[in-house]
Amino acid sequence: MTDEDYKTVGFKSGLEIHQQLLTEKKLFCRCPAGKYNHKFDAEILRHMRPTLSELGVYDGTALMEFKTKKDIIYHINRETVCTYEMDDTPPFEINEQALDIALEIGMLYNCSLIDEIHIARKQYLDGSIPTGFQRTSITSVDGVVPYKDRKIDIIQLSIEEDSCREVSDIGHRRVYIADRLGMPLIETVTAPDMKTPVEVAEVGKILSNIVKSTGKVRTGAGAAREDVNVSVTGGTRIEIKGVPSLKRIPLLTYNEAMRQWNLLRLREELKKRNITTETFSTHTVEITRLLRKTKYQPICTALAEEKVICAVILRGFKGLLNWQTQTETYFSKEISDRVRVIACLSNLPNIIHSDSTSDTISIAEWQKVKKAIGAKENDTVLIVWGSESDVDTAAKEIVIRAREATIGVPSETRQAQKDGTTGFERILPGADRMYPDTDLPPKRITKERIERIKASLPDYYWEREKWYKDLKVPEDLIEPLAISKLAGLFKTAVTEWNIDPKLAAKVLIQFPKRLKKMKVEFVNIDEEVMSALLRAYKQCLISKEGILAALYDAVKYGVFDLDNLPPPIDEKDIPHVIQYSYAELNRSQLLHDDNVEKVLCGMVMNKVRGRVDGTFVSKAVSKFIKELR
Amino acid sequence: MADDLYKGYKGIALDTLKKFDALVWSDVVIQTDKAQYKGIILPRSENADHFHIVLKLISGYNIGVFAETVKDIKILGRKEAHYKIPEKAFPYDPVKPRVKLFGTGGTIASRLDYRTGAVIPAFSPGELYGSVPELADICNLETEKLYGVFSENMAPEQWIGTAQAIGKEIEKGVQGIVIGHGTDTMHHTAAALSFMVQNSPVPIVMVGSQRSSDRPSSDAALNLMHSVKTAAESDIAEVMVCMFGPTSDTYGLLHRGTRVRKMHSSYRSTFRTIGDIPIAMVSRDKITPLRQDYKRRRNDNNVIVNTAFEEKVSIVYYYPNMKPDIIDSLIDNGYRGIVIAGTGLGHVNKPLYPALKRAKEKNIAVYMTVQTLWGYVQMYVYDTGRDMMELGVVPTANMLPEVAYIKLCWALGQTENLDEVKKIMLTPINGEITEREPSNGYLIYQGGIPEVEEFISKHRK
Repeated sequence: MTDEDYKTVGFKSGLEIHQQLLTEKKLFCRCPAGKYNHKFDAEILRHMRPTLSELGVYDGTALMEFKTKKDIIYHINRETVCTYEMDDTPPFEINEQALDIALEIGMLYNCSLIDEIHIARKQYLDGSIPTGFQRTSITSVDGVVPYKDRKIDIIQLSIEEDSCREVSDIGHRRVYIADRLGMPLIETVTAPDMKTPVEVAEVGKILSNIVKSTGKVRTGAGAAREDVNVSVTGGTRIEIKGVPSLKRIPLLTYNEAMRQWNLLRLREELKKRNITTETFSTHTVEITRLLRKTKYQPICTALAEEKVICAVILRGFKGLLNWQTQTETYFSKEISDRVRVIACLSNLPNIIHSDSTSDTISIAEWQKVKKAIGAKENDTVLIVWGSESDVDTAAKEIVIRAREATIGVPSETRQAQKDGTTGFERILPGADRMYPDTDLPPKRITKERIERIKASLPDYYWEREKWYKDLKVPEDLIEPLAISKLAGLFKTAVTEWNIDPKLAAKVLIQFPKRLKKMKVEFVNIDEEVMSALLRAYKQCLISKEGILAALYDAVKYGVFDLDNLPPPIDEKDIPHVIQYSYAELNRSQLLHDDNVEKVLCGMVMNKVRGRVDGTFVSKAVSKFIKELR
Repeated sequence: MADDLYKGYKGIALDTLKKFDALVWSDVVIQTDKAQYKGIILPRSENADHFHIVLKLISGYNIGVFAETVKDIKILGRKEAHYKIPEKAFPYDPVKPRVKLFGTGGTIASRLDYRTGAVIPAFSPGELYGSVPELADICNLETEKLYGVFSENMAPEQWIGTAQAIGKEIEKGVQGIVIGHGTDTMHHTAAALSFMVQNSPVPIVMVGSQRSSDRPSSDAALNLMHSVKTAAESDIAEVMVCMFGPTSDTYGLLHRGTRVRKMHSSYRSTFRTIGDIPIAMVSRDKITPLRQDYKRRRNDNNVIVNTAFEEKVSIVYYYPNMKPDIIDSLIDNGYRGIVIAGTGLGHVNKPLYPALKRAKEKNIAVYMTVQTLWGYVQMYVYDTGRDMMELGVVPTANMLPEVAYIKLCWALGQTENLDEVKKIMLTPINGEITEREPSNGYLIYQGGIPEVEEFISKHRK
């Protein structure tokens, strides 16, 4: 599709970016942040119930989750989880370090900061947070970031606690691990200002780079997660949840736009067939006995487990379950997804239907079922099986989703699939799930605090990039350096210590990568170590060649210690080393005389590596050989 | 009244709202010198400062806007919150037992209070049904709100009133009684009801919640189901506390009203039977007795209600270097009874002796309990103990300090004769003193020990 095509369908997209903050501790308790471990030493079981919002309304998502009747199991590890995350202790005061970072990022987005922050509870009945809600607070609103020749609006930025990681979700049992729970993160919400899938990814990249350039956010797998909102003209805002990488955004948003477009066309088709919300007709019949001799394996198994089978008729829907929605995905998948998520019938296939051309129950059996439910030529029949209560929920969901086809695109949050399509996750929650947190008082953001943060606001990464270009920093290092937490150190090294910008950039960005390739185990290169290294170089305590070796040692031993390093050699001493090495060389026999210079140089370098500039050695050896000849 | 239109606002925030006629619940656009906010003006908590106006944004988030910076407030309309659970008539099933639910307050029945920003007890028990319809599967529930107070505000007036209400209900022939109560002093009330309502033919079950019912993970719903099931179906005709066994949503425990204590400030499984084991476990499916020596359900209505009560009683928690003036001040203020929570087996220091002697001379009843909570008072082991008994201090075996306090109030309410009081105090009514402590009556497993950790890893917390 071209940009023009996206304009035609009215593609609109906005982003919600969740970014973990780099703090030592969690947001509302003093557990360590960023320690992940799948090991657990205790288990907790909870059930969630919907509660009223502050304005006295139940949230639709909450009611949906309640229908699923899930046992929620939490795996907890005493190193990373305390009684706060278990919801057995009230919150402690907000982590001030995290709040500072959130305010700083708000300033970088040119937002208005909130004068007094109020902690809210945002309900999540999926169990991803044991309390059933996430503590969250808006810290700033109404920002802008530059993009191409225009501006993207930032609607709001909030600080909130991270949720659990899901381990499994099978039938009525969902398991979470709680290590990540409670870590501070910020959520940035943009306006739906992006007009094509590529723009969404590009804006995501800009926002990500801005936050990274503070050096105060976590990086690596899972540290930033995107939710993407997509709609087309006549469609509905759909939230695609948990997109793990910006690269996957274009395909996902393309597929979602296509899905909405196709659902709107499906509505038109239904209209043509005279099926509207009012005329939509359906009913459900139990058919367990009718299929007791079937050879269709999934139903055989269900019957062996004494499950119940139901048929649902959709009047006038013939062929429409094969209506394409996404790439190689059809309307039947929309229904199957609902049955899986809400009725917890998670073994697939969980439905079969009379539009299907693949082998299911026999033709004779279909005829029996159709007769029992009173199906005519133009109708479609679906069959679903499971425990009595699950099938009851399933049949109701099938009807709900089929009826929604007459309206268009139902409000949903959808999951990003690996193949670039999306699948139903839950009904889109609204403002009704917000409730003020009565456990914590409002907190005033003082002028002094704002001034203090403003004073050390980092430069924008695009300004850094421009400066690096002027400094002739190697092209491939410009962007990584501009968003690195070492960018501040680079500035000091270049402007105050007069270190060559190319060298400083190499040391700060390339060397850590080289160490990683050398498989040196390290978590994070400490800014202090880097700073000590560059200062040691500046004071001629180590040579240019010695920096990498020194860094290697620092990472390996955990400290940077000048005493561990060989002292630099005075350049005057090099001729002696060359003489000595040449004597060694003469004792062995070389096959090719032409290699003398190379071999000699290598021998000398072996003795002085890291203690003197390599180019000086090679020149000195050249000179020595020339003089020899 | 006029200020009620600006609920909770004071000072400059109130002045600003008045200037623009922006009442609470107005749907507004507020223009400050740096930003524009659209939302609904919410009431302000009375404890909060008077510099900010609280606004609920369209996203559902609340923020505080610094009143000083407000340039204009445009009023678009009004949207008042009606925080009310749909109240539904409880379905009647002639086959099911009749259970009465009394409401006294506490977080089992609570909602947001704009005045303080905290939660207040406010759901009528009828509304409780609206949020926990599962109760209708168990019984025909009738509800009555007796009080709406926080647990810490429960006092003799409420204890007496509740006991009388229970008595009346039993005489009318109810099959079981549930009392919704704040958790902080639930064990005080449980003790009071154990003494005031005797020989009950039906279960009397106290219940509360550690997480208020406005939270999705609240223990309120499950506790209610457990307690109503116990009241309707169990054959245990005693005053009990029904609260979570573990922190997980799995089962509740039925604790004897005289042996139970709140042991953690916030955990769900905070209530524990001290010095003994609970009467039973209760889940949504079944009630599993853990012992057989409980009073059984009967078909008569012969309940005895005795609400005698003397308020001039105090608990003194002894600490090293306590001075006699603490005891003296109670004597001088006309107290008639003192319960001491002594160290170890029941001790206080020698400097207190003259004050104890004075108490004896003034005909003040002094009883000794242990601050270790577990174990018996034993005043023969050391001289100190014997000296104190000489001074008229009466050991109360393994009665819990709070229980001894309530019982002494009740005993002194009945008679001024200290020998009579002593007889009442030392004759157990329902397990407040036990003859023996079973070895599993004291189990505080120590975390970190390998076998304990192994146990924890195998059973849900």
